Amino acid sequence: MILSSFAVFLEQIKRSFAITKKDIRIYYSKGPVVVFGLIFPLFLLLAFTIGRNVSAKELFPGLIGMAVFFTATSVGPAILPWEARSKTLERLVCSPISVWAIFFGDILASFIFGMLISLVPLIVALAIGVEIMDLLALVSGVILATFCFASLSVLLSVYPPTDIPSTVMMLSSLIKFPLVFISGVFVPIEQLPEWGRIVASASPLTYFTDLARYSISGTSFYSVPVDLAVLTVFTLLFLVGSVKLHERFLPQRFS
Amino acid sequence: MSIAVTVNNLTKHYGDIIAVDHIGFEVKKREIFGFLGPNGAGKTTTIRILTCIIKPDGGTATVMGYNIEKEPLNAKQIMGIVPEMSNAYIDLSAWNNLMLIGELYGVPKKQRVERSEKLLKQVDLYERRSQLVRGFSKGMKQRLILCMALINEPTILFLDEPTSSLDVESARLIKDMIRELNKTGTTVFLTTHNMEEADQLCDRIAIINHGQIVAIDTPENLRLKSSSLQSIEVSFDRAVNMDDLARISCVKQVKKLGDKVKLYVDEPSEAIDHVADYARSHNLRIITLNTMAPSLEDVFLNLTRKNMRGE
Repeated sequence: MILSSFAVFLEQIKRSFAITKKDIRIYYSKGPVVVFGLIFPLFLLLAFTIGRNVSAKELFPGLIGMAVFFTATSVGPAILPWEARSKTLERLVCSPISVWAIFFGDILASFIFGMLISLVPLIVALAIGVEIMDLLALVSGVILATFCFASLSVLLSVYPPTDIPSTVMMLSSLIKFPLVFISGVFVPIEQLPEWGRIVASASPLTYFTDLARYSISGTSFYSVPVDLAVLTVFTLLFLVGSVKLHERFLPQRFS
Repeated sequence: MSIAVTVNNLTKHYGDIIAVDHIGFEVKKREIFGFLGPNGAGKTTTIRILTCIIKPDGGTATVMGYNIEKEPLNAKQIMGIVPEMSNAYIDLSAWNNLMLIGELYGVPKKQRVERSEKLLKQVDLYERRSQLVRGFSKGMKQRLILCMALINEPTILFLDEPTSSLDVESARLIKDMIRELNKTGTTVFLTTHNMEEADQLCDRIAIINHGQIVAIDTPENLRLKSSSLQSIEVSFDRAVNMDDLARISCVKQVKKLGDKVKLYVDEPSEAIDHVADYARSHNLRIITLNTMAPSLEDVFLNLTRKNMRGE
């Protein structure tokens, strides 16, 4: 019984890879999506640093934080309304794949895209001589944060159950942008006022930029285990939350 | 077990509206079962429940022995589904659409490739397999969707309005494929508006109206049961007075159809004798005389109107 349940689980995971492949082919391998993923975080960061005497070393945590955050959440919220609008969602739902496996596949696609794009600022940083003191902390942070934000992106498409992608994108921007500003991307957490630190602690991006800062400078506001643990908690929360809420709200799309 | 689908007391509400109202029926294995009804009658809701897209509010249903609520993955694994709306991925090629659906059904790669080649050749799309579906016509898309429904070699095929607004060639190709599949043992559950299509394809037909089943039988039995719709069509060598014809005993209604007259009658053989007498007594020559069984469309309209009147 347990073995057969495990076999079913593995088969479902395999089928979610098919969803991942489909998402990458349809949504992520488009030129504009890739260019947006690369350029948008860079320009946002430049807008906040030009004119200020900030070194590449200080820029790096914010840059990689935004690259990971914006790329992993760029397309995820729009996939569901797109599919609902083009009636392909009905095709997926009537296939023998569990709801959790469909959304796990979507999360994996966002994760892979986020990982690949975040390599770019990492390579650029290494090329211009930024020294990474703790590569392991940085790599584990990038992996965990990308998965966390990919899960968040799918969570953002839960409600309202609309088939208009622009509605979901607008609502997700309302959540994404404030998160960037409260997460110590532009100003390190230790330089924030007390209330700012409290607000920052509610954002998963805070822990990733803190981890990235540690990997470059060796100093951080939270300890590395705390950063990793909180990111793990957020990841589980977003992952389970997105699957459970989609299971609840998905039938409304066919009413 | 000779039953493919059992539906008991199935119910579905959308707010205050009852879309499916305690319906029950069975579909036998290896039959083509037609599900007919006017727009909004509950056809698509029923098919969506049976294909596990939406959950019923009440009642039970099994497909090939699998309870659709308790074992949806097993039920879906043996189904092929052609939903009402065109839903292939337009940004994928025909080939990649088939590969995706094959993977979702867990079809091994070698079989996926072999079946895709065979199916695409069957529907005349093999040469265009690498093209994006975006450039396909509605008929081509529908043929591809049928291939997607067959990639897992289903034992039961659900089709929701499969030939609706298609060109004649695509519609015929799809109907031929449905017949061929049925010959090889596939059970087919079909919803359609097209009475001629239902008449040509279906072994049995259920008529649904306002969420309730109003009749289930073979097309021929449905016609026989609607004896009140029997008629004779007659044409004479010159114009006749319609009121005179209406006075003939056993004639219930008279309709002028071009140069012919259609008489709705209780007993066609008796009516023919009376019409012949009438012709003789008025020095009329009968040019043509045909007895007409009610068409499926007559039966459908009769049953759905009766249901609307609450008879």
